[in-house]
Amino acid sequence: MHLGVSESMRECEYSQISTRSSTPMETPYKKRTPKKRKWEAFPGRNKFYCDGRIMMAKQTGVFYLTLVLILVTCGLFFTFDCPYLAQQLTPIIPVIGGVLFLFVLGTLLRTSFSDPGVLPRATSDEAADLERQIDVANGSTGYRPPPRTKEVVINGQTVKLKYCFTCKIFRPPRASHCSLCDNCVERFDHHCPWVGNCVGRRNYRFFYMFILSLSFLTIFIFAFVITHIILSSHRNGFLKALKDSPVVVCFFSVWSIVGLSGFHTYLISSNQTTNEDIKGSWSSKRGKDNYNPYSHGNIFTNCCAALCGPLPPSLIDRRGFVQSDTPQLASPTNGITMYGATQSQQSHMCDQDQCIQSTKFVLQAAATPLLQQQSSEPVILTASPENGVSLPGRTSLALGGPCTSLPLGQPTPPTSTPSLSCHEATDIHPLQEPVAHHHFLTPEEVPSPPGMLHCGSPLGHSHTVQAGFYNPASQDSLHEDSVRGLVKLSSV
Amino acid sequence: MATEFHNLQELRHSASLVTKVFIQRDYSEGTVCRFQTKFPSELDNRIERTLLEETVKTLNSYYAEAEKIGGQSYLEGCLACATAYIIFLCMETRYEKVLRKISGYIQEQNEKIYAPRGLLITDPIERGMRVLEISLFEDRGSGGSSPSSSMSSGSSAR
Repeated sequence: MHLGVSESMRECEYSQISTRSSTPMETPYKKRTPKKRKWEAFPGRNKFYCDGRIMMAKQTGVFYLTLVLILVTCGLFFTFDCPYLAQQLTPIIPVIGGVLFLFVLGTLLRTSFSDPGVLPRATSDEAADLERQIDVANGSTGYRPPPRTKEVVINGQTVKLKYCFTCKIFRPPRASHCSLCDNCVERFDHHCPWVGNCVGRRNYRFFYMFILSLSFLTIFIFAFVITHIILSSHRNGFLKALKDSPVVVCFFSVWSIVGLSGFHTYLISSNQTTNEDIKGSWSSKRGKDNYNPYSHGNIFTNCCAALCGPLPPSLIDRRGFVQSDTPQLASPTNGITMYGATQSQQSHMCDQDQCIQSTKFVLQAAATPLLQQQSSEPVILTASPENGVSLPGRTSLALGGPCTSLPLGQPTPPTSTPSLSCHEATDIHPLQEPVAHHHFLTPEEVPSPPGMLHCGSPLGHSHTVQAGFYNPASQDSLHEDSVRGLVKLSSV
Repeated sequence: MATEFHNLQELRHSASLVTKVFIQRDYSEGTVCRFQTKFPSELDNRIERTLLEETVKTLNSYYAEAEKIGGQSYLEGCLACATAYIIFLCMETRYEKVLRKISGYIQEQNEKIYAPRGLLITDPIERGMRVLEISLFEDRGSGGSSPSSSMSSGSSAR
């Protein structure tokens, strides 16, 4: 999986043995490919142009419609109304119209083409580390999927941080996963098909300036078109004047755009996102003590913060080159390493590979209770540190000793987890809470089973969880892998 | 980044990667970038508590400075708006300037404090500002000795 340095080659071979994946096929393939830019290996459903400089959502049809509408309306205005108005009234009118038009176009393109604040997915090491913490904190009761929420107190309000199964991170507050773009976006407002992109932390101000300037532009055009009609109807007649003007388009768009600007002005002044407003997260209806912890207190500060605050840079580094030789750990939970593969790996893992691995993990999990009766457990133990240190007693592990007495049953087929991958996708709809999350308990609520911690066999492992926790955690992680395997199988 | 890779390579000649410790984000003050100052137990006998806490606190102060909403950021924002945000194509934002300062600081810390102890801090920007990753290296020369750190369940990033 990693190339370049001889050390990593050794890691690569070692990983091949331990994971029994199709890496023998991957390695020669990777050698042939030239250096790729990160946008080419981006896991989300985005489109990139100009060698990664421009980033948009997958469906861009409506964006082109927006462009056409604006261009046609303004084109008609400049062609038919402006000469008359410049002559009759003042030439400043087309100038102001031109400036507004350019501003609208600039902010629209800026909104559509920039990164809304996409959070890059977790590296496999991070994902493995999180999984380990969750498994252990969970106490490994097993068959129910571990709860994936964290609670944080922000300015006196308790906020729940959800775990994103696609990105393998705990989402920061106000972040949300866009199912259309398949990315977690910081301060997610909404996915706007009209601009062909998500609206998030990095492009919200451009979006707001776009709709504000568009409202001014439409009101401006509408007003002067009416003026033109009135002035020319004195001479020519009302109907003829009406025929020459782009009134109809303006009329409808004025109300909708002005309404939208008003709505977003309200959101900015109260420092809320569209997502939060629709869900009523900070509404006083939810409770007397419910307030928005992110608000700065007064309208002016909120507006300034949203529009003139610092603009964070893009976190996804679209134009950087894919580093295929960063050192990675071979974690004990093989499944995570494979499924939480880095972007460079994922680009080479075809569906067939994932299918093969998924099947393997399901078989492993099914076979594990049988293997536990015997002395060695090669599946769990081969994930060792790649420093070449041979684990003491790797093959002759007395796992069969005290640990078989642990009250671990057969891993039951996961009946509820296949819904996990589907429900993550519905997160975009603010009104529908992902069903799978309802029966999740926080890690503190899950009771730890008695007797789990009494496995006292002195395993001299350097790289795995402490001996006391080892077996149940790995057993459960293997079960987790099989669960994930089935989920992947269903999605492939 | 090229320079970091260089450091890693050097470390790798005489040492090998054992494990990685992740310091998670601290969201108790909202969405501002802050990292938890809780000391991870895996690093107990690798580095003094005060040194790591000092590093994390300094990083937190840098991020706070980058995200500060004050006179300079207002000026930058208004100027950008007035020029229809074209100015961002030529000018570097304050945030980016501070990020460059941060990577310089991290590199300096790595060279002075962490690399001699067999540790390496990865700039959070390379991990999408999700975590502060500390890689633990072990001297390969010490052969079969088991590294002092193990994936302890005790350290929870809560």
